[in-house]
Amino acid sequence: MKITLEIVKHIAHLARLEFSEEELKQFYQQMVELLDHFARISELDTENVPPTSGILPLYNVMREDNPGPTLPREEALKNAPEEESGFFKIPTILEAED
Amino acid sequence: MLKPTIGLEVHVQLKTRSKMFCSCPVEFKAEPNTLVCPVCLGLPGSLPVLNRQAVEYTIAVALALHCEIQPFSQFHRKNYFYPDLPKGYQISQYDLPFSRNGYLIIETEEGEKRIGIQRVHMEEDTAKMIHGESISRTSGYSLIDFNRSGVPLLEIVSRPDISSPQEATLYLMELRSILRTLGVSTANMEEGALRCDVNISLERGTRTEIKNLNSFHSVRKALEYEIKRQEEVLKEKGQVIQETRHYDERAGVTLSMRTKEEAEDYRYFPEPDLVPLKIDPPWIEEVRSRMPELPEDKRKRYKELGLFPQEAATIANNPELANFFDSCLSLGAPGKEVANWLLSEVMKYLNARNLSIIEVPLSPEGLVEFLTVLKEGTISSKIGKMVIEEMLQTGDGAREIIERRGLAQISDPVLIKKWAEEVIKENPDQVSQYRQGKEQLFGFFVGKVMKLSGGKANPEILNRILKELLLRE
Ligand SMILES: [Zn+2]
Repeated sequence: MKITLEIVKHIAHLARLEFSEEELKQFYQQMVELLDHFARISELDTENVPPTSGILPLYNVMREDNPGPTLPREEALKNAPEEESGFFKIPTILEAED
Repeated sequence: MLKPTIGLEVHVQLKTRSKMFCSCPVEFKAEPNTLVCPVCLGLPGSLPVLNRQAVEYTIAVALALHCEIQPFSQFHRKNYFYPDLPKGYQISQYDLPFSRNGYLIIETEEGEKRIGIQRVHMEEDTAKMIHGESISRTSGYSLIDFNRSGVPLLEIVSRPDISSPQEATLYLMELRSILRTLGVSTANMEEGALRCDVNISLERGTRTEIKNLNSFHSVRKALEYEIKRQEEVLKEKGQVIQETRHYDERAGVTLSMRTKEEAEDYRYFPEPDLVPLKIDPPWIEEVRSRMPELPEDKRKRYKELGLFPQEAATIANNPELANFFDSCLSLGAPGKEVANWLLSEVMKYLNARNLSIIEVPLSPEGLVEFLTVLKEGTISSKIGKMVIEEMLQTGDGAREIIERRGLAQISDPVLIKKWAEEVIKENPDQVSQYRQGKEQLFGFFVGKVMKLSGGKANPEILNRILKELLLRE
């Protein structure tokens, strides 16, 4: 995959982040370098290595279905920018936002 | 008419005691933000741990839907930005879902039909947002409750095998009945425990999606409207646009959501905080051994008893009614007769009062005794309707009611007439003699009918009916 400035802008939009042109160029450069690094890894011969998504030799780590303690509501809401009657309060997000 | 092609995507909340990846309790009527912890609030540094019960419920659902359970499955992060998703991603499944390639059977008027199931996978529910009409439209803010965040969800995706709004309803009813029989979900649409998105196209043309339908009624109405709308568009040589539409319940129409059509870009990648699942055959068999009889098998069993397909389906798809019916069977009652009474008088009584069979005092023993009394001829079916209504109200036994209300003396003209007709038919010689003037033969007929009634026929009524019949040519 070849990184373009458009891709950087698209990723920033998906994360709802806004950057100046200068910052975008900087990220573009960093991402190119990052992917170049991974490109080097993919030069390795992995013919006989099965694909994996984790490095732990573990499967089926589970807990029993027992309810446990929860956070007191004041704690849960402590970092909320705003609250109202026990809810987190946020500006309305418009679905059709550009 | 152009043939509709419909596919359903259903989300089901599992009825576990705790959430999917944390031990916060699952309850639906708690005060906002009281069932939360660092995991389901998406606080940095918190780590998810999978709930075993949620996995076993999913295995059971996959088995009930005849799916292949994948020996190796994995969770993925589905990344998108929305305030109901505190981590900025939803833990879901992608290319290694829990199970695939199943089906369920619906009982249509034309017979059984198989609807394919493409996949069943697990994911976590999002938080609940309150906005729009619930609070002032112009307020410019939304409220978030994280109690629902992290509740285990199943996503069940059908193949586009459904060809009418009626079939879509049958599919949902069958699915709901499977989920309730397994006891894995309340599957209540009105409470949001079962949510439905539909895909619909005509003659395999461009499809539209209608999201968040929250009642059986909405699913049917939205599909009916959308079929008509697409027909109109095509009739005017227009193009159906591939888009997501919203169903406006009050207006009864679907509306374009008018979002900027941007290709979905969820950037799925394997969830590094969770190790993969290996589901081996012994585990699957263990879950299978604990599963109750499924509606599909019940239906088959009931049809073998002589019930019509629709009758079998109605009973099998109502777990409480099915239990009642099965109890009657185990008491030795004939299935067909039990079904006849359950589906007519009993259901009529229950539906009129919006009650379930377990909310009335009628017991299986009571119904079986009633059928015996009926068979003995103590009462006619007509009187029987009266008796069963009283049984439903009071829980008293049939014999008790018959005695108390003096129904044992047979006053039912329909029944007496039946006996009288039988006697007349069996004694043609005496009948013609009587009709030629040998009136003393009347006592002969009375005796015969009385014998048929076990001596219980009301003589007055008997005399009257017999006279009428004998005088009729
Ligand atoms: Zn939690």
